[in-house]
Amino acid sequence: MNERDHLARLRGVLGPSEPELTCEACFDELDRYVELELAGADADAAIPGMRAHLAGCPACREDHDSLRDLLAHEAG
Amino acid sequence: MDRRVGGKSHARADANDQMGATVLTTPVDAESGDWIASLRSNDEQAMARLHELLLRAARFEVRRRAAAARHLTGGELDDIAHQSAHDALVAILRKLDDFRGESRFSTWAYKFALLEAAVKMRRRAWHDREIPLEDAGLPALAARGSSPHADAHMSELLAAVREAIASDLTAHQREVLVAVTLNDVPIDVLADRMSTTRGALYKTLHDARRRLRAALAQRGLEVPE
Repeated sequence: MNERDHLARLRGVLGPSEPELTCEACFDELDRYVELELAGADADAAIPGMRAHLAGCPACREDHDSLRDLLAHEAG
Repeated sequence: MDRRVGGKSHARADANDQMGATVLTTPVDAESGDWIASLRSNDEQAMARLHELLLRAARFEVRRRAAAARHLTGGELDDIAHQSAHDALVAILRKLDDFRGESRFSTWAYKFALLEAAVKMRRRAWHDREIPLEDAGLPALAARGSSPHADAHMSELLAAVREAIASDLTAHQREVLVAVTLNDVPIDVLADRMSTTRGALYKTLHDARRRLRAALAQRGLEVPE
């Protein structure tokens, strides 16, 4: 492992330092957040705490990536 | 209700058991309005179209995850997609009043199918696998393998985190933190094994992380962001 790997592992263990949404609130806002992202809008300003939660919760991050990629795929 | 971790929100009870009913506060686009009206009137054609849409999303997710479940046949993967679409349809019909019109209806519906498929695929990938013992993850926090000129601060940080994991966390916090962040056990798989919910485990993880950060701060160590 190099220093970058160590830092990534450390960040994974320690999680985000700023306030974050719960998994429930993340799911609740996921559709709006992803549509804002794909529209090029400031999704993080519209839904504070989402970005931090996605950084800290691997499962919610996967859910987010899937929805984003599905919409992008459908948009062709 | 506080929607931030550490607030008073309720834990997730199952994959798609989410928030309570919400009053529509945003103008709904015409297509989404049609979906809601048709589904509320139990229009069979609308139900069939929704199932088709959900199956498409579930298959998309199953395909993404197929590489992590090579033991599953094509037929088994399609069964998972169908089961996911069915479960998502049931969840959506139960939660129609939760749709606030802040996204397109199809986007809102997709997330239920994707979640069902993701949870089912993670469960299948971990079926019959033991959850790694907590100690198995700790070597990942050692600075072994770094160059001779490895950052001394990083080595000190890693050592302090290992020490704080051992001494500052409860046994439950340690088990959850190590499983999810070091052994890469999916949080919903761990929740199943511990007979709890994803939301409850994430709260445990959040509390553990706060303790670790506090322990590092007490030692005067700063974490690079």
